[in-house]
Amino acid sequence: MKEKLEQIKAEALRQIASSEALDKLNEIRVNYLGKKGELTAVLKGMKELSPEERPKVGQWVNETREEIEKVLESSKKKMERALREAKMKAEVIDVTLPAKKNNVGHRHPNTIALEEVERIFIGMGYEVVEGPEVEKDYYNFEALNIPDGHPAKDEQDTFYITQDLLLRTQTSSTQVHEMEKGRLPIRMIAPGRVFRSDEVDATHSPSFHQIEGLVIDKRITFADLKGTLAEFARELFGEKTRVKFRPHHFPFTEPSAEMDVSCFKCGGSGCRFCKGSGWIEILGCGMVHPHVLEMSGIHPKEYTGFAFGVGLERIALLKYEIDDMRLLYENDIRFLRQF
Amino acid sequence: MNTALSWIKAYVPELECTDQEYCDAMTLSGTKVEGFERLDKNLEKIVVGQIEQIEKHPDADKLIVCQVNVGERTVQIVTGAPNVKVGDKVPVVLDGGKVAGGHDGGPLPEEGIVIKAGKLRGVASEGMMCSIEELGSSRDMYPEAPESGIYIFGNEDGGESLQLGSDAVEALGLRDTVFEYEITSNRVDCYSVLGIAREAAATFRKPFVAPKIEIKENGERVEDYISVEVQDTELCPRYTARVCTNIKIGPSPKWMQRRLAASGIRPINNLVDITNYVMEEYGQPMHAYDLEQVAGHKIVVKRAKDGDEFETLDGQVRKLDHDILMICDAEKEIGLAGIMGGENSKITDNVKTVLLEAATFHGTNIRKSAKRVGLRTDASGKFEKGLDPHSAQEAINRACQLIQELGCGEVVGGMVDVYAPGKETVKIKFDAEAINGLLGTDISKEEMLAIFERIELKYDAQSGMLEIPSFRQDLQGQADIAEEVARFYGYDKIPVSLPTGEATTGKLPFKLRVEQKARDIAEYCGFSQGMCYSFESPKVFDKLLLPEDSPFRQAITIANPLGEDFSIMRTVSLNGMLTSLATNYNRRNKDVRLYELGNVYLPKALPLTELPDERMQFTLGMYGEGDFYTMKGVAEEFFDSIGMRKKVVYDPKAGKPFLHPGRQADIVYDGKVVGYLGEVHPEVCDNYDIGTKAYVAVLDMPEVEPFATFDRKYEGVARYPAVSRDISMVVPKAVLAGEIEAMIEQRGGKILESYQLFDIYEGAQIKEGFKSVAYSITFRAKDRTLEEKDVTTAMKKILNGLETMGIELRA
Repeated sequence: MKEKLEQIKAEALRQIASSEALDKLNEIRVNYLGKKGELTAVLKGMKELSPEERPKVGQWVNETREEIEKVLESSKKKMERALREAKMKAEVIDVTLPAKKNNVGHRHPNTIALEEVERIFIGMGYEVVEGPEVEKDYYNFEALNIPDGHPAKDEQDTFYITQDLLLRTQTSSTQVHEMEKGRLPIRMIAPGRVFRSDEVDATHSPSFHQIEGLVIDKRITFADLKGTLAEFARELFGEKTRVKFRPHHFPFTEPSAEMDVSCFKCGGSGCRFCKGSGWIEILGCGMVHPHVLEMSGIHPKEYTGFAFGVGLERIALLKYEIDDMRLLYENDIRFLRQF
Repeated sequence: MNTALSWIKAYVPELECTDQEYCDAMTLSGTKVEGFERLDKNLEKIVVGQIEQIEKHPDADKLIVCQVNVGERTVQIVTGAPNVKVGDKVPVVLDGGKVAGGHDGGPLPEEGIVIKAGKLRGVASEGMMCSIEELGSSRDMYPEAPESGIYIFGNEDGGESLQLGSDAVEALGLRDTVFEYEITSNRVDCYSVLGIAREAAATFRKPFVAPKIEIKENGERVEDYISVEVQDTELCPRYTARVCTNIKIGPSPKWMQRRLAASGIRPINNLVDITNYVMEEYGQPMHAYDLEQVAGHKIVVKRAKDGDEFETLDGQVRKLDHDILMICDAEKEIGLAGIMGGENSKITDNVKTVLLEAATFHGTNIRKSAKRVGLRTDASGKFEKGLDPHSAQEAINRACQLIQELGCGEVVGGMVDVYAPGKETVKIKFDAEAINGLLGTDISKEEMLAIFERIELKYDAQSGMLEIPSFRQDLQGQADIAEEVARFYGYDKIPVSLPTGEATTGKLPFKLRVEQKARDIAEYCGFSQGMCYSFESPKVFDKLLLPEDSPFRQAITIANPLGEDFSIMRTVSLNGMLTSLATNYNRRNKDVRLYELGNVYLPKALPLTELPDERMQFTLGMYGEGDFYTMKGVAEEFFDSIGMRKKVVYDPKAGKPFLHPGRQADIVYDGKVVGYLGEVHPEVCDNYDIGTKAYVAVLDMPEVEPFATFDRKYEGVARYPAVSRDISMVVPKAVLAGEIEAMIEQRGGKILESYQLFDIYEGAQIKEGFKSVAYSITFRAKDRTLEEKDVTTAMKKILNGLETMGIELRA
């Protein structure tokens, strides 16, 4: 009996080894292990054996079955793997074909620069506020220490709507609105559109953007102004940026200053970008003029503050090396896609 | 303002520094140097030579061969210049030297021109004799230079005493540097050489030496010559006049010409040059009248009459009005005060006696007058800043001194001075502690006092007051004094700190957060951000087919626009968008999607009496890939991102004339119109030269914002199975999908989860006037598995409802 089983097994394993397809393996399984298969037949013939022999033969049959099954299973796996591999071989793609992009749109360079500035100042505890673009003469000039007849009023080439209403020439008007609210301390930046009657060319636009900053609190000093703006410059233009403050004049600040930053192209050694000076003029600033505080109802003996104004386009043009301001308002998609 | 450094040094004799040091130090102390230019740039190895012999060139008619003594030796130079003769002293550039430019006076090359020994038509030439243009200057600045030819040193240049072989550049006064300053409007005193010299002296801690004014008078009395009457002392607080006789017009001395030339002022003759020189020196404009032409030898200062006309000395006739101040004689007007003299009193070369005028006029009045008559001159530019009345007196005396010293004429004794003393001397309390408190510094009182001394502020220890000199009109309060301390202590030395005090929270207001979201979503959807102007042309309304009575035509007009194209404040954001799309279309850019966030300006009433309503518009525009429904998608993605989760309704009756009448809709959210969208009307596309279909959407952000929220709440994920039913309908064409959906929602009950249009078809198999529409409707309960009867009941209600709309169900 044992020889017979060995023989069946040998024959089965031989057939398995020589089969090349999954259905052939299935066929072998049915032929040997199925209900009508050869091993089942051996089991069926067991009733002719003596009761002592039966368990032994039963065990032999089971062992044989297990062995055949094991080999069948591993052959099947092998064959499946081979099949999958063959399939994948046929599925090779050209990975260098173009990407399927969602074609995400692009932010305007002004906005990218603005969001940078906002991020920096929000981090320092500043609130972003807005003011009206069509403004009263009072807020744009008088309340900023620029009374009628002041030369600065003419220098700014204001667009007027009526004698009293105009298009704001500076976001500084927002300072006054904030101070008038009477909520102290103030730490704010006010970005927005401003207007001056300059003809359009590579460096001028009748409509552009500024970001105004204002801090009012007890014991605010010029040193605080320097520290704050130096921090801002490093955040915006990089760790190694150095700043330089030069005396200047604005009617609504005293003392006033302009801030230069070390050229971020050459690091300050002088290049074409900074016209050889190593410095780039970036913003105007100063300590809020006591008269300005007074007009807005803040006591200058108790409170002091500083203010600054940055041209957004100036930053965008410098940072992204855009050589013509007109590009910012043309909205050519080939320009916008570069940001 | 441009000034030669040598002129500054005339008043700060101990000043010694390099050009760069001067530039840096002056800028840091507040007198900003915009740039500087060395007059001897690219002038190398140029010496004084004397021509000893001239021969004709053997092979060229137009060339001559000169033997030129350059001190230690004689060199041979070939030249084509026609103007030289034996004995002339000329500037000679030697072999290997450099000149600044060509003889044609064109733009100067950056690196100059190197001159090398060589041969001209076979004859050796060891250098070059220079024209004034080759030396980098021009005949405007060196009027005595020949029109084309070699510069020949005259007696004025030192002539006889000029050493052969000495530095010719020095002899020409070109060893100098011209600095360009940006003077801030508060520093009226610095629009003068003396003002800048004062700053330089204070900056470098060197003594300031003002010109010493001494006049040799001729013994006559000015009162015997002239009288002055000022009728409006407000507009003319001070009028000083002096008389000079025996005037001899001729060239002014070289040193004066050089200084004027470096400042960009062309030398004319001694009298004109002296008034210009003093104007530069003191910042005080002056005017000279020919006394013969002044009727009655009397000056009257008064306002013009409305409607009068006056011919200024440039030959133009100017219209006058009552606010314009005039200088008159006994009979007529002879000058526009502070702006320009009259043709009728113009100085000629035959002048014998002049009346010199130095006055102080009301700055704002001069500025406004100059603007109205359309004539801004050097003089008015200085007067309009509001001059110190003291400088009128100093300047007129200085001018008389120069007239006498330079042999231009005799000075009549005395000065007519009509002066209504105005402001008293300004005094400011000195409070060192307050100054340190404002600056964040710890500067000693002594150090501050030392600074005040440098800038001529007198401190009275008794009263603790600082006395401000009259030329410092900008110093009015404590903060101004703090700035003086700061700039001479050094802005760079002030320490650096960060504000202390109450902590504040940095934040972006809600409105701006919503706008940020709008940008994010637009960009995810492929739209790039554009920026457009706030003002545009009134022609825009016609381009957008807006009817005459359209409320959009109620726009704010700018009184002084840059031109009609920028004359009204936009009331609708589409023009900017369509113009941008057109720009892209004309540049053949494909598939363009743009968005803009910008205000429109809606007046509450016209003419404008109060601030208009500034409404932020989120405007989207596109052409190329995509259609109406792409636009809808962007709007809904945006709403979704700002928590607007209700069903958005589209009302096709938007009534926008600039959109395709059958392809437009108002966007309605929770019963409110929050915007509109549609295909641009083909005629509007034509008007903008967009040769393809374009789509736009405009969201009115003030309407959107109240619905926006960034709060989110988790509602659970469904745990029980859903049941779907498909329905296929034959629908009258006029019935909109939105109406079907509204019915499904209304009738679907609580278990209705969603519905989706999956087929829409019009054509052959469908009867005329109808379309085939199919929806898949999904039901689900939150708390149980639905039973067949739940769904059947709901479906029945929906179907009954649909039937009332004239819809037939298909099998």
